Parts: sequence; structure tokens; C-alpha cells
Amino acid sequence: MADITLTIDGVQVTVPEGSTVREACSHSGDAPPVLCFHDNLTAANACRACVVEVEGSRALVASCSRQAEPDMVVHTRSERVVNARRVVAELLASTSDISLAPSVQELLAANAGDAARYRTGATWEQPVLDDNRLYVRDYAKCILCYRCVEACGEDAQNTFAITVAGRGFEAHIDAGFGRAMPDSDCVFCGNCVAVCPTGALIDRSEYTLRQAGAWQEDAITTTETVCSYCGVGCDLELHVLDNQVVKVTSPMDHPVTHGMLCVKGRYAYQYVQIEDEMPERA
Amino acid sequence: MFGSGASTSSYEEFENTDFILLVGSNAAEAHPIMFHHMMKGVRKGATLVVVDPRRTLTTKRAHEHLQIAVGSDIALINSMIHVILRDGLEHRAFIAGATSNFEELKASVQDWTPERAEGITGIEAARIESIARAYAEAPRAMIGWTLGITEHHNAVDNVFALINLSLVTGHVGRYGSGLNPLRGQNNVQGGGDMGALPNRLPGFQDIADPAVRTSFETAWGVPISGTPGLNQSQIFDAMAHGTVRGLYVIGENPIESEANQHHVRQLFQGLDALVVQDIFLTSTGEMADVVFPARVSFAESAGTYTNSERRVQLVQPARKAPGEAQDDIWIVTQLANALGAEWPTLDAEGVFDEMRHLAPNFRGMTYNRIRERHGLQWPCPDESHPGTQVLHTRLWEDPVTAKAPFSPVDWEPPVEMPDAEYPFLLTTGRRLAFFNTGIQSNVYDHPHKVGEWMEMNPEDAERLGVEDGNLVNVASRRGELTVGIRRSNAVKPGVVFLTFHFPDHVKTNVLSIDATDPKSGTAEFKAAAVRIAKAEAKHAD
Repeated sequence: MADITLTIDGVQVTVPEGSTVREACSHSGDAPPVLCFHDNLTAANACRACVVEVEGSRALVASCSRQAEPDMVVHTRSERVVNARRVVAELLASTSDISLAPSVQELLAANAGDAARYRTGATWEQPVLDDNRLYVRDYAKCILCYRCVEACGEDAQNTFAITVAGRGFEAHIDAGFGRAMPDSDCVFCGNCVAVCPTGALIDRSEYTLRQAGAWQEDAITTTETVCSYCGVGCDLELHVLDNQVVKVTSPMDHPVTHGMLCVKGRYAYQYVQIEDEMPERA
Repeated sequence: MFGSGASTSSYEEFENTDFILLVGSNAAEAHPIMFHHMMKGVRKGATLVVVDPRRTLTTKRAHEHLQIAVGSDIALINSMIHVILRDGLEHRAFIAGATSNFEELKASVQDWTPERAEGITGIEAARIESIARAYAEAPRAMIGWTLGITEHHNAVDNVFALINLSLVTGHVGRYGSGLNPLRGQNNVQGGGDMGALPNRLPGFQDIADPAVRTSFETAWGVPISGTPGLNQSQIFDAMAHGTVRGLYVIGENPIESEANQHHVRQLFQGLDALVVQDIFLTSTGEMADVVFPARVSFAESAGTYTNSERRVQLVQPARKAPGEAQDDIWIVTQLANALGAEWPTLDAEGVFDEMRHLAPNFRGMTYNRIRERHGLQWPCPDESHPGTQVLHTRLWEDPVTAKAPFSPVDWEPPVEMPDAEYPFLLTTGRRLAFFNTGIQSNVYDHPHKVGEWMEMNPEDAERLGVEDGNLVNVASRRGELTVGIRRSNAVKPGVVFLTFHFPDHVKTNVLSIDATDPKSGTAEFKAAAVRIAKAEAKHAD
């Protein structure tokens, strides 16, 4: 593929044709911040955190999905850009609980946003959905980034159990007619949990420990190993607190898993510690 | 394949191919992350064809689902080869340069017209023809299979049929084209690689080769017999004949997992000595004279597993084992030394280092290299080697030194076919959330954990007068059990399905048949004739 050259913040950058503007930016400096974008998922263009200014373009463009073009002139830190990012963060902070959303918190801080600025209108406050034994849905924390929908669908799992239903402020993640997850097509792989950036989807083990004030991030060790079930050989990161496995993930850059696991690999670990005291087995 | 016993391809190649033929595999449930790679290939334009007697989450995503009669795979594959040769779609240059025994193959498929195969497989002749053409004409094509191929009394013949199909079209030994057995357990590949087979030494090296034996004899300072030991089915035969009197079982639960369970239990009861080493007191452990409590699960262990793409990966302890639990290496070493050997105390890395110096395919792997590179795929002959993504690329060299032989095979029906007395065919398999005999998977809380049920076609259910949740008595020539049914179009009329995930609830393997492939030692779990009658008590719960 041919290379193309564009100008980013006054610096000439040469990248392979087909690169996104964001990829081009990462060649010259820091890549623009993202909320909805994920390296292993199709860009959803939902959050507008990664916007940049392209000369000649009326609107700001989403750098995660706009392709770089020859001779493009891009500004990633102009006043217009910073202003847009700040408002995006402020609006999300006004509707959603961002306490477990480091990327939103960082966006807010990096652009000198005020979390309380719009906190006078409606919010997404709603009851926590604890309808299965493996993960919890706390949609008060959701920012509708679409990552869970994509991981459940074409980008990994191909189960298509969830989608975005409703319009405008009523838009929400749904398993079909508001069904509980056990009644839906969900197979409980937890790949939606793995890509959720805000804690709206959270492993039940982590949720329960957090509720009890016993989730100590600093005391958790993470060890990379290999799953004990089928012969695919998925790389697991076992998160261990007080000698108990409390969470299982997989590295997003691993050639076998790309961060995705099945229900057995992610959740069926309890047998390794069944004879020990369980911290919480409600 | 061709003497190496492993997948020829890598997972990534499923994403970069034009045609995926899955035979006897429910990858979406039994190998979900492998299925992710396949579906990436499908999104990029690959055609997915799944051959399975059941409708599954995998067949749901397939372009074509060939719902064949249980155990008719060879009829289908031979017929595909027949069509390919009849229509001149074979890869002539590859056949001439890289294979041998082609004339025998040609003769063996001559009578396998699609019409004949239709009568056996239940797949329309025209469909067989179109799938055969699509496979042959695809620029790149992958074949994957699992236990639907290997859990038959003619398992090895089934595999040969698939190898023949790939050879006749040249769909092997190139990126995006290959033959892939998807391994059912996490270290089946590694176990075989490390010589946990009766005729192999570590590195899958042939025990009959004097040069191989010499290198191990030099390293270990003991003579090694060139006579292969017994595989599992041969061990069971020897137990029946009283020539094997003692058994040491490590990390297996054959009382639950083997076919014809009542018979297996009798064999174990007849032993003079049974030693079981496991992390749980399994049903097999309960029968043991001595139990070594290997209280170390994978989460507390160090070592390596080898996956289905020949990738050797590190297992690292994440938590401390309870009490005085010891790992398998320690237990085996202590036992050997108690028997008079003088084995050094080595950790997992020490054992691995010894092995790699004796096994050319692993010589270039160190723990550090494996850790840094997300695993290494064998062969990896030296410490500058990046590992091998595609096996048997040599078949595309000119000239090919060791040609790949065709192995003509003929179809045989399952040993037990339905008859007037046992009119249903029981086939077995796995469900997504659970695993094998449930030792690991029955501990966690899964919202769909309701124990075992039998899948039955609605027509059969109506004929038997049973509804969802009703109990039926199921009997084979070997045993009987009671189980609740669910009506399901996943199976055709006359076929019923059970897993063996919940042996405390339903002991599926009292029904299954121990007709075994003499070459692989695997029993025909996929086909047993049963009779079914409505049970007195109506509901499963």
C-alpha cells in the first residue's frame, strides 16, 4: 500500500494509505483520547471524544474512523477541539455515574471540564440489574459507547444478545423486550464486561466485593497463565485477592484470544478454590 | 498428520481463508474462542460449511449445514472426492509432486457417487456436489474437526478421509489451507507432544527408532524398551484378561468419562492395586487403594500447555495451594525415588529444559522466550527460531522429499445401528457452559445450570407421549437411566442427544458403547442404539 503525507499540528507525518487520522496522530505525538473506540472493535463513532479539526471540514471529525488523506491539515489541540472534548466529558458526567470510568474522568481532567456544570437535568440513575450469577449491569454508569454490543456481535462473540434500543435520551442497551439476561440469547461469556469502559458491566465477584468495600485494587496480583478447559489454549490473567481468584481477563493483544474468553474461561474458575473459605458466595 | 499428530495451521489462518469446512465440530460451544477466529474469516468473505448431525450454535452461523446421519462422514467425504475427480477439479501438479498412492485413492472412491452417498448421509446429491466443487475451487480452504470425527470406532479412517480430501485439492501446507484437529482438553496436544503416548518419547519421537532411544538412554542413564506400551483401550483389555493388575491414574476420571461404565467399574474393581492422583476425590478416586491428593489446580501450577495450533504457553501459579499440597512433579519424583530411582528434585522449568535438549522440535524454546512471545509454535529448532505457523510447507517444495500418502478408506456404519429392539440412536457431546464430567465446571454458578436433559425431536416426543420436562427411561444393551426430555429440532427424528457433564444426575456413559478404534483407542461415544419409554414419575424435578 502506498504511503500518504499529511500535516498534524504543524508536523508532516507519513503513514500507510488506509490509516485513520487517529493512527496518523499517534505517529507524531499522542493519539487523541477515546471513550468508545477500542483497538479490537469496529469504531462506533459514538462518543466524540477523539474529535480533531481538519482544515476545510465544517464539522470536527472523529479521528478514530476518518481516514487520513494526502495533504490533510489536522489540528488536535485547537480551542475548538478542546472545547468539544470538554463538553462531551461534562455532558457524560452530568447523566452518568463515572466513578468507575477512568477514561471519562481523564477526558474531563485533561480538558479542564467541570463535572457539575450540567448536573441540573435528567440523569441515568436507575436500579442495578443483578439477574444472573456472573455479571451485574449498572446502567447508571453506561455511556452508550456500543462496545458491549459489538463484542457480543460481529466483532467477537457472534451471539447478538444485546443491542441499543430506544431513541435519544431513552436509548439504552437491551437484550430484547427488556428481558432478563438468563431469558435472552446471552451465553455469559462476559466479553461485554471485558470491553466496558465504565463499570456499567461488571463481574459479579468484583461488584460484590466493591459493595462490601473489600475490593482493594492495590492488593490484587495479576498472573498470566493458560485456561484449564478446552484445547484452544486461551491466555488468562488471574486477578487474585487474598489468595482468591476474583476476576479473570485476557490480554487484548494476545494472538489466541484478542482479550475475549468464553464463559468457562472467564467465570468457571471457582473449582480451584472451592475448598477454601469463600469471601462472598451470596 | 503425516507423522506429526497436530494441526497444520494456525488460528489466524481461519481469519484469512476462503472456505472453512467444519466436520463433527460444534466450535461455537466446545471451542468458542477458536470460533471467533473462524467468524472473523466469515466476515471477511469465507464460506462456512458445518457437517453435524445436530443443529448447534455453530450451524446457526454456517452458510451451509449438512445435517448428516450419525457416523456417515466417510460416505460424504469419499463422495466429495469422487465429484472432485469426476469433474477434474483436483490439483494435478500437487498430487503428482507431493503425494503417493493416488491410483489407489481414485479406485477407492470410484463407486462413491453422490447418489449413493445421499442414501447413507441423508444429504441431497446436488448439495454434496456443490459443496465438493466449492471446497475444491476455493483458493484457500481449511478443514477443522473434533470429536464428531474421532469418537467413532473408525475414528482414524474418518481422519484419513479428511486428509485425502485436502491432499487431492492441495489444500494443505500453505497459509490459509490446512488440516486442524481442535483439541478437546487443554493439554491433549502437549501430553502427546511430551510422549504421554505408548509409542512416543518426549517431542513426539518414535520409540521404535534406535537413534531416538539412544539419545534418551544417554541422558537418563537407563535402558529404554523399543516395544510400545498399551493405549487406554488396550489397558482395559489387559485388565479384563488379568494381565494388567495395577493402575496409576493421574488427573483422569475414567469411571465417569469412559464408555460402557458398568463394565469399566467391574474392570477397576478387579485390580490388585489402584492409585489415583487428582485434585478432587473423583468417582475413580473413591475406588482407589491409595490416593495422592494433588491439591494443585492449574491456578497453582507451573509448567506449559500446548494448544491446538502447537503453541507452547506458560502456566504460572497465581495463588498458593492449601495445606501441604504438592504438585504432580513432586509427587511423581517422590514415588520414583521410593521405588529406588534417584531422580533429582526439579521444578517445571528444569524439567522443560531437560526435555527441550532431547526434543529437536522444542529445542529453541526457553521459558523466557515463551513468556516474551505469547508462546511459541513448534517446531522451534533453535533459540533464534520464531516458531512455525504453517506445518508441511515442504509439500510445496520441488522436489518433495517425503511424499504424503493417500490412505483410501471405506465407510462403515456405527457398530450399533438402531433396530426394532433399540430404535433410537443416542449421540453425545458438550454444551457451552459445562465441560466433560463436570469436575471443574459444576462448581460455578451458571444461570442455565439445571442438570442434564435429553434432546428429542418433537415428532418422537409426540409418538412417545412425552412433553418438556417429562422423564423417560433410556436403555442400551449395556445399561439404563432416567432423564427429563426437551423437545428440540436440533436433532432429527430417531436421534437423541445427551452430554456427560452431570454424572451425579445422569450417568450417560452407562449407555455408551465401548466399541473402540483399534488405532486410536477412542470409543464410539457418538453412536449407541437405545430404546426409550415414558417413565412413571412424570417430572424431572
